[in-house]
Amino acid sequence: MTLPEEEVAEELTPGVPGRGPRRAPSRGRVVVRRFLRSRQGAAGLAVLVVMFLLAFAGPLLSPWSYTDRDFTAFLQPPSASHWFGTLQTGADVYAVTLRGMQKSLIVGLLAALVSTALAALVGAFAGYFPGWADRTLTWLTDLLLVLPAFLILAIMSPVFGEGTWALFVLMLSLFLWMVTSKIVRSMTVSLKRREFIQAARFMGVRPVTIIFRHVLPNLSSLLIVDATLNVSAAILTETSLSYFGFGIQPPDVSFGTLIADGSKTAVYAPWTFWFVAGLLVVTVLAVNLVGDALRDAFDPTSTRPR
Amino acid sequence: MTPATTPETAPAPTSASAPVLDVRDLGVCFGDVPAVRGVSFEVRPGEVLGVVGESGSGKSVTASAIMGLLPSSARVSGSVRLHGRELVGARDKELNALRGRAMSMVFQDPLSALTPVYRVGDQIAEAVRVHQRVTKEQAMVKAVSLLDLVGIPHPAERALAFPHEFSGGMRQRAMIAMAIANDPDLVICDEPTTALDVTIQAQVLEVLKKARDETGAAIIMITHDLGVVAGLADRVLVMYAGRPVEVGTVDDVYYRPRMPYTVGLLRSIPRVDRGAQRRLEPIEGSPPSPAALPPGCPFGPRCPLHVGACDEAEPPLFETGPGHLAACIRWEDEAASQAETAVSETGTAAEEAGTAAEEAGTRPRAPAEAGEAEEAKEAAVPRGEPVLRVEGLVKDYPLLRGAVFKRRVGTVHAVAGVSFAIREGETLGLVGESGCGKTTTLLEILELARPQRGRVVVFGHDTARLGPAERMAIRRDMQVVFQDPLASLDPRMTVHDVVAEPLRTHGLGDTGRRVAELLTLVGLEPEHAERYPQDFSGGQRQRIGIARALALEPRLLVLDEPVSALDVSIQAGVINLLASLKARLGLSYLFVAHDLAVVRHIADRVAVMYLGRIAEIGSVDAVYDAPAHPYTQALLSAIPLPDPARERSRRRILLEGDLPSPAHPPSGCRFRTRCPKFRTVLTEDERVLCVEAEPDVLPVGEPAGDQGAACHYAEKLDVVQPRRNSR
Amino acid sequence: MAGFLARRLLNYVVLVAVAASLAYMLAATALDPRSNYADRTPKPPPAVIDAQLTALNLNDRVPLLERYAVWAGGVLHGDLGKNVTGSPVNDDIARRAGVTFRLVLLGMIVGSVGGVLLGALAAVRQYGWFDRVSTGLSFAVLAVPVVVLANMLILFATWVNDRLGTQVFLVSGEYTGGLDTGFWGSVLDRIQHLVLPTVSLSLALVAVFSRYQRNMMLDVLGADFVRTARAKGLSRRAALTRHALRTALVPVMTYFAFTFGALLTGATFTEKIFGWHGLGEQLINSIFTNDVNTVAAIALLAAVAVLCASLASDLLHAALDPRVRAG
Repeated sequence: MTLPEEEVAEELTPGVPGRGPRRAPSRGRVVVRRFLRSRQGAAGLAVLVVMFLLAFAGPLLSPWSYTDRDFTAFLQPPSASHWFGTLQTGADVYAVTLRGMQKSLIVGLLAALVSTALAALVGAFAGYFPGWADRTLTWLTDLLLVLPAFLILAIMSPVFGEGTWALFVLMLSLFLWMVTSKIVRSMTVSLKRREFIQAARFMGVRPVTIIFRHVLPNLSSLLIVDATLNVSAAILTETSLSYFGFGIQPPDVSFGTLIADGSKTAVYAPWTFWFVAGLLVVTVLAVNLVGDALRDAFDPTSTRPR
Repeated sequence: MTPATTPETAPAPTSASAPVLDVRDLGVCFGDVPAVRGVSFEVRPGEVLGVVGESGSGKSVTASAIMGLLPSSARVSGSVRLHGRELVGARDKELNALRGRAMSMVFQDPLSALTPVYRVGDQIAEAVRVHQRVTKEQAMVKAVSLLDLVGIPHPAERALAFPHEFSGGMRQRAMIAMAIANDPDLVICDEPTTALDVTIQAQVLEVLKKARDETGAAIIMITHDLGVVAGLADRVLVMYAGRPVEVGTVDDVYYRPRMPYTVGLLRSIPRVDRGAQRRLEPIEGSPPSPAALPPGCPFGPRCPLHVGACDEAEPPLFETGPGHLAACIRWEDEAASQAETAVSETGTAAEEAGTAAEEAGTRPRAPAEAGEAEEAKEAAVPRGEPVLRVEGLVKDYPLLRGAVFKRRVGTVHAVAGVSFAIREGETLGLVGESGCGKTTTLLEILELARPQRGRVVVFGHDTARLGPAERMAIRRDMQVVFQDPLASLDPRMTVHDVVAEPLRTHGLGDTGRRVAELLTLVGLEPEHAERYPQDFSGGQRQRIGIARALALEPRLLVLDEPVSALDVSIQAGVINLLASLKARLGLSYLFVAHDLAVVRHIADRVAVMYLGRIAEIGSVDAVYDAPAHPYTQALLSAIPLPDPARERSRRRILLEGDLPSPAHPPSGCRFRTRCPKFRTVLTEDERVLCVEAEPDVLPVGEPAGDQGAACHYAEKLDVVQPRRNSR
Repeated sequence: MAGFLARRLLNYVVLVAVAASLAYMLAATALDPRSNYADRTPKPPPAVIDAQLTALNLNDRVPLLERYAVWAGGVLHGDLGKNVTGSPVNDDIARRAGVTFRLVLLGMIVGSVGGVLLGALAAVRQYGWFDRVSTGLSFAVLAVPVVVLANMLILFATWVNDRLGTQVFLVSGEYTGGLDTGFWGSVLDRIQHLVLPTVSLSLALVAVFSRYQRNMMLDVLGADFVRTARAKGLSRRAALTRHALRTALVPVMTYFAFTFGALLTGATFTEKIFGWHGLGEQLINSIFTNDVNTVAAIALLAAVAVLCASLASDLLHAALDPRVRAG
């Protein structure tokens, strides 16, 4: 109902003619401003930054590495020398948890990137080229939707040995893109009817150029939001797989393997479970908040009060 | 001034009767942004009050405020009294009892205004049952009789249909049936015909008149179309920037406008009864944002009579005559300038009012464009080889049904054998109502592919035999401007990138200078290149679209409803721009539009389409002054003129029913199912020909000229100017 | 209509066939039933192992395509083969499908009804305290993976049981075996078993459905037809329930059918952690025991379930929305 202040403000300020051939997209700046204005988005982003710092800089603060074993302290509660306590094996929970977090964050980010890119390309091409290209791509999408992702990933787990986590990321993203791709496809179909795409077509612009110059940029808000939410989906899937031993393989650790181990000892040694579970929940929550705030920031009709 | 009384309207309200609705100093704010400021008016029983304004003038918000249907974020001040009962601040329960019974509302878009998952009959019956203690069956019987009243054929059957199974006109009839279900004293119509075609609009307006006569209700008619209220309203209220700027009887406002905004509005409307001999006068600039009103008179920055005193304070409503108010400190000057030209005949009064001020020399604006428009008209003599020739073009679509189980259930014959040609430097207007196939025709031409049947020849090249290189070359010479100026510009690109795209696509370097040139050509600043399409107003955006289309110096411009998304005052500027560009650059236009008045102003020749075929084609003056096809006649007579006296005395040819589905066109002549001539004039024997043979476009008129009509019994008839014809 | 349905069903059959075949091939290549015999003492002679594996159609020395042909031939006759212990997969799956169905059905109903109510209420009072709290809670719940949630529930139940000194919540299995407490006793026992898995399943669903319903509801709240209903004189509540909620329910019901299909094999974690012997648990076990035939059977079932659900959701959509039905 009410115009958001910044939009009104924009209407009021006359266009200041810049000198360069192109300015930074004003729309992008509006989105950033709207995003940062939303409390939950800013909070989510801050938490996420802290999490990254913790995961990658945190281990430097502790004398223990995740491979170390303290043979003087098995399953000890948090203390001055072991901040988060120790596991049954004598490993330092702090070091192990941060190592797991590193893995989970990287896996989540990469899987989200790959799957969103895949979704964008497959969806846009299927939507733009009706006929056999559309049918083939849609059929492939359906097939992957029908295949039980968890089962396939689990069967393939023996392949994910040491050092092949990149393959794991690839497989993970292979099962994350289908729903987005379907949305991208239907949006492309309606976008193709839009007049600015038709104008480009009747101007003689080549179809592939149209996809990259007009279609994908206009879906960018959807794609960015989707990529964000895919990060949390990937982290959760990785955790679940690793919980049953189908994901990241020992001696490497991730949130999933740690939670699996921790849940067995949680009743009498809560520190083995709660630290890692808490960090996982906070991370995923932060990612989701950022995604939601981004969605609102991109949506010109959203009227969320600040 | 005597109140406007005509045989078909109800007795005019006497000033003695108490008002049904009394609005005093109504104000609505959304946050800090005032949407409506100080609106006051009253409506008496049986009276029709027209509320006129452009988009954003606050007219719809006023309607919602009266009904108490504003979102909770709105703050309402002032007073709204219905039969003396205060509605502002009344409890919701109290309002619920009044809404739908004492006052009801008809909304603009009848598709979204009906709940999609319930049957139409049930929704009308619900309106009955909310206020009357009747059984379900009784309510349904009432609903069916209401549907009958508003002219829906087979009402008992149609009551069981869902809204999506109704056509636009039928939905609006159903909405009206719902609004009069409980015999209200006041019906508020918010742009009830804006979403409808012009022949359907004429039907719905008739239904509204009938409903008014039936219920004796007062009607508030909100619209942006000055023609619609001219024939219907008793009094008119003109709104600008959230505030009434002129109030008076319909004749006062149309013939003796005192507020320069009203004057400008009346002059900027293209009229079907006048061609390019009268140049359109756009109002400069665009309406102010409600959040940032200029100091003093909000119309000041756009006003030709603007003086320093205008900026000092917002002018109050001055009483300029009995019952005639205008918010302009210079209303006396306006009156004086109009008085210089004596008003003799009512029939020419509007014309007089329009030209009076100009003659007085108060409006010395854009003389260059005026000259060019005239020039364009003169240069329009058909000459040379056609730049575009279409012969027997046919396009069918599969008719798919079902969103989930999509299946082909038939074939839509969207274009069924259309032929026309455009010569160098000529403008052909392609007009018709929605679903007549004009846009399909245009897209088929733009595709530059082999048509399903028939031939498309562009610049002498048959599109069926084009190689990729030739096609690319033709694309360079033929450009397109679309309807919705925002939708046709990629929102993620700067204006520079938008305008430069055709240059880059066709491998032309040095885009910077060319873009600056183009922007200047269409009346924008070169600095605008840095900005994004959403930073511009509608008219400016359409100028960007035109600049892009001109980038490659095309010979033929295809325009798909280029002004229909724009407000009246802005529309005129774009029309003038197109006319002057054509004269200056020697362009040819294919101008597709549903608005016949716009086409009259810009086109040299016009082709009227009906259900995939051309009904009539010919030079603009011939077709508009003496249409020969019954459809053209009905179409022209359905267009409301912004001229109350003439509207009241006009004979209107009403078409019955809706457009038949293009999937099952009638046999023989496609128009015969709705043709007034077929129904009333022709004998049984004569009708056989209409049923059996599809008429071709044949020349009409004594010295067989340019005009042709696809009717077995074509006969010229003047429908626009009744003075010359009847009475 | 019939022709269209037939074409679509054919497409589904092809999809299921390809998906199941792919799953079988993958399982037959990646899993190693032979290794099951490696740890036995005494280690059986290789010839015996070969014979047993061949009898189960699991022998990796038989070419893959030949094993596939045998399996596919069986499937076409409704025989899903034998599991590693030699008993028919059909019986096993049928029993476990029942268990899963009972668990998922209750979870879905609780989750969707709760979610729809929460979402509708939150939308009506957008940005009110209820909206904010429910939005915050659903975000929190969505951030907790099922494995963590289930373990937290177990910890909570253990704590409650310890506090009260009696077993209020039973955390493992569907019912207590050999219980002799009459009809009501066994009903109580089943409920005690059912509470935690249902909560664990439905909590996430409530969160998802409430978000979805809220968005759908917000879409229609501003719709013109709600305004029309108010203009008729309907009270706010009547306009909201009769017109807005009814219309907003259409996409949500469609989503319900779809989720149900996906959950039939998707309750894996809940089943495994709470020791319900359903399909999901079987899936994990069969991978650990290199049970190729069971893995393939579950993949087949999952594919069928997903497609049935998508078909059901389309049919439901058509039934609820006249625009789709009549179209």
